[in-house]
Amino acid sequence: MSKIGLIIGRELKSKLTNKTFIIMTILAPLLITGFAAFIIKMTQSEKTEQNVMVLDESKLFRDKLSGNDYISLSYSNQKLEEAVTKFYNQGYTCLLWISPTIIEGGAGATKLFYKKSPGFGFQTYLKDQMEKIVYESKLEANHIDPNIISNSKQNIRIILEKVNDKGDTQEQGSFGIFGFLSGALMFIFILMYGMMVFRSVMEEKTNRIVEVIVSSVKPFELMMGKILGVALLGIIQFAIMGIITLGLTTLLSTFLLKDASSQLKVFEQQQELVKKNGTNVDFNKLEKFDDKLELFDLLKKIEKINFVEVFICFVLYFIFGYLFYSSIMAAIGSAVDSEADSQQFITPVMLPLMIGYFIATKTITDPDAASVFWASIIPFTSPIVMMSRISNGVPLWEIVLSLSILFLSFIVMTWLAARIYRTGILMYGKKTSWKEIGKWLFYK
Amino acid sequence: MTEILKINHVSKRYSNHLALDDISLSVNEKCIFGLLGPNGAGKTSLIRIINQITGPDSGEVFFRGEKLTQKHVEKIGYLPEERGLYKKMSVGDQVLYLAQLKGLSRQEARKRLAVWFEKFEMGGWWKKKIEELSKGMQQKVQFIVTVIHEPELLILDEPFSGFDPINAQLIKNEILELKKNGATVIFSTHNMGSVEELCDNIALINQSKKILDGSVKEIRKTFKSNTYTIAFKGLAMGFTNALWAGAEIIDKKMEDGINVFTLRAINNTSPNQILQAVLPTCELLSFVEIIPSMNDIFIRKVNEGNSEIQINNSYTE
Repeated sequence: MSKIGLIIGRELKSKLTNKTFIIMTILAPLLITGFAAFIIKMTQSEKTEQNVMVLDESKLFRDKLSGNDYISLSYSNQKLEEAVTKFYNQGYTCLLWISPTIIEGGAGATKLFYKKSPGFGFQTYLKDQMEKIVYESKLEANHIDPNIISNSKQNIRIILEKVNDKGDTQEQGSFGIFGFLSGALMFIFILMYGMMVFRSVMEEKTNRIVEVIVSSVKPFELMMGKILGVALLGIIQFAIMGIITLGLTTLLSTFLLKDASSQLKVFEQQQELVKKNGTNVDFNKLEKFDDKLELFDLLKKIEKINFVEVFICFVLYFIFGYLFYSSIMAAIGSAVDSEADSQQFITPVMLPLMIGYFIATKTITDPDAASVFWASIIPFTSPIVMMSRISNGVPLWEIVLSLSILFLSFIVMTWLAARIYRTGILMYGKKTSWKEIGKWLFYK
Repeated sequence: MTEILKINHVSKRYSNHLALDDISLSVNEKCIFGLLGPNGAGKTSLIRIINQITGPDSGEVFFRGEKLTQKHVEKIGYLPEERGLYKKMSVGDQVLYLAQLKGLSRQEARKRLAVWFEKFEMGGWWKKKIEELSKGMQQKVQFIVTVIHEPELLILDEPFSGFDPINAQLIKNEILELKKNGATVIFSTHNMGSVEELCDNIALINQSKKILDGSVKEIRKTFKSNTYTIAFKGLAMGFTNALWAGAEIIDKKMEDGINVFTLRAINNTSPNQILQAVLPTCELLSFVEIIPSMNDIFIRKVNEGNSEIQINNSYTE
């Protein structure tokens, strides 16, 4: 056993002192969180100062369009031709011209002149207001009270409640994307560390050092030492990456999502109020969060995820899924002489992983489909698919069943792999085929 | 002499060919044992079985009378024919790692490595990566890895292949030194010169079977065919007549007025009788018995074996 310890130690040391490895471990979380932050930032509206001169020839909008912290509007009666040439020099960033016939509709009813391109958020801001004003004036023209219309509109939100065998219900925070992401992460991890084992085995074989080593330790010990070494490495790398990512996301979320979470609190208090007092609440006094509802939904779903459960399952599925796949990788690493020959063996191993990945995408839209269930039980796909389901709440017995099957499969696979490995590492020069590998299984 | 290794009726079959066919051998302590045979004869298969890299299909191997088990790996040192090292690992770390796998403690390995570094003039190599070393330097490291745990039995598969003459001599001296200190060495080789120079005993394997074994001296004696080289001054005619029925002439040459004849004694004629017969006819310069080299014996035995097998094959066809 102490020899396995030595092998694990060497495997760890050789990777931990590798510069590429160190850089990747630190860089990957930076890139991922940076990318996520970039996306969040992009979805939030840009706040460029806009000073808009409005030429309202329809006389419909005067003093009705409103600005905000960074958009200011001023009305002018200049002629359009004149204003187009002058607005920039007068300190305006944009010129909004509204045609006198806007209420009759038609294309080109409104124009926005600019020097520097106004952002999309800014355009939407103006457009939404104008549409609302036109809408209300049309209603008024037909003597319809806008309040009647707005009161007859009702947003409907479907709340999912899962019923268990005892009849208890639980509100579902069905959050497909999160599940899919953890499934995808599992896919990447298993593949990455599996390939690491593959390369390490092949390196020893092509270096021809393996014969010296197996004259000191049993081939099985060498293989297990290698697999466990890379597993340990994976856990260390996972921990480092996890800590960096966690640190960065907390840091970023205080910047990016701070408003949102305090707003969410206000929103929830208001909802409580409405629930208690019914229609007696003065709606006009409440803060309006119409544009924030989706973000709130997301935040609430994140809050609902049982991160402890997800984390424990992730670690367990990673360990056993990795052990399962890495023993296959070790076996085929021992069978080939060069990277060029390896493709025909790697592809069939990647196929079930890919299938798992595609089934995981299905859990976003259809988490309780039969194919999803079976794929989360079958060991070839279970680590990925089960992870994609887990945040939706999976009955304990399914997790236990799937993990037990995965564990047993890992034992069987390691046993098979060891038989292939001990013959494969000493075979040189022959072009290996699946048939040949099959024969090795039965060597004494 | 005590026996360090005994191989008892070992056979090994790979899917479509028999690599070892009922091989039995015994290797005495403190000797150098040559394992000879043409390529593909089964030498490496046998060596792998002794190293417990693979197991025999049938038969047994004993180390000092005990059945070979995993605990014996620490007493055996192995230098494979195709040898390599981790390219990216430093010399020091690498040797320490491999020595620890052979059961040495880290401190002990470090101490011994320092001695070897001095002996092979490798000071300052500790932190060098293997890929930065020349091939000859790598071979020195490989040799140290093989012997650092002071094995009782050393198995060297083609140890001189790829070594330059200087390193080969260095290794040769080390092998003799190790023998003097009580180690037993088995080495497989094609280099018959080094067999005559180093080996006490040999076994010859051909086509998966052992076809010859024994001490080098004995084998060469058995294979001598009563042939002699004789050099003399005088008339060849008189010399030939004097030989009469005692010997036949296989070859004759004339060099600078000196006759050099190769004779084979017949009818159990002794060298003395031949000399008595020819002495009156010439002025004798030298008389040497031709003892076959290991190379000749090797080629003869292997060819014999192959032609036998060919005959057998032609019968079965």
